[in-house]
Amino acid sequence: MHIPDGFLDPKTWGALYGVSGGTTAYALHKVKDRLEGVKIPLIGITAAFIFAAQMLNFPVAGGTSGHYVGAILACVLLGPWEGFLTMVVVLLVQGLFFADGGLTALGANVFNMAIVGGLLSYFLLTLAKKPLAKRIDEKRSLLICTAFFSWFSVVLAASACAIELAISGTVPLSVTLPAMAGVHVLIGIGEAIIGTIVVAVVLQARPDLVDAYRGAPSLPLEATPEVT
Amino acid sequence: MANSKKLFSKKNVGVWIFLGVALVVAVLLGVFVSPFASSRPDGLERVAEDKGFIKKAEDTEPAWKHSPMPDYTVKSVKNEKVSTALSGFIGVLLTAAVGVALALGIMGLGILSKKKKTPPESTGNAP
Repeated sequence: MHIPDGFLDPKTWGALYGVSGGTTAYALHKVKDRLEGVKIPLIGITAAFIFAAQMLNFPVAGGTSGHYVGAILACVLLGPWEGFLTMVVVLLVQGLFFADGGLTALGANVFNMAIVGGLLSYFLLTLAKKPLAKRIDEKRSLLICTAFFSWFSVVLAASACAIELAISGTVPLSVTLPAMAGVHVLIGIGEAIIGTIVVAVVLQARPDLVDAYRGAPSLPLEATPEVT
Repeated sequence: MANSKKLFSKKNVGVWIFLGVALVVAVLLGVFVSPFASSRPDGLERVAEDKGFIKKAEDTEPAWKHSPMPDYTVKSVKNEKVSTALSGFIGVLLTAAVGVALALGIMGLGILSKKKKTPPESTGNAP
């Protein structure tokens, strides 16, 4: 769902550049005193994996395809702010080197996929995971939440995209919101399958590399992202 | 979680093996699977075609014209699948490098800001 140049009007993409830029500055400030050790290579590898996975469009109904986003995965593996910055790296490389997503729309794409689909969705995941972990074991709780919120994050991000298109006057919300949410309800299933498999594999092989899993030092989300 | 000082010790061989395997998996996906990805329009493109606003993007000059591999293709390579595979290979390694560079940069920033904070404390003027 990378927005190209031309879909958004200047006030919309300008405002979203502001929000995404501010969030990036805050994330840098947030992680600068704690980023060390294995997280350094892990950020690079996670970004590389997400880049590769995003290339793999899979067909869904009606002559449409969808691709993995991976923002929830990045947050689960690395922590929310590290995960957010990892997504910024992926979107930046895609935009600058592969013309995937317009340069004017970069702020909007970061907002949709890294803030709404990443930070916000991950925050909701942490809210749901806690009570669930008390009823079943933590691993299963994390996997169930990863599956659901992977799906949810894609629908949420697509809805944000639809709202931006409407605010820009490109297409009315009553037309684009059902269409965007509808197709991404299907695409989100792919997101859930891939995300859950990856988290399950890493939990099995190196549970210490899953930030959202206790046993690894927890990085609580201390403040909700600057989303208005 | 392993910390920096012990990261290169023998105890952490397992971590490096895991990271290495993960990178290899990413490269393999980017090189051997991406050429066979669906070429159908994605969710947003589909909606843009159906609702008739795809033209807005087609009529707009891209703001950044210097993407070396637009649409995940390498211009000099004629074979479409090879072209995608090559762009996947470059993209995966490039993304990994940018990610590590950013992480190292942030860590450097953290070390610098810690150093800045230390001198006032030693003179006793810390608030």
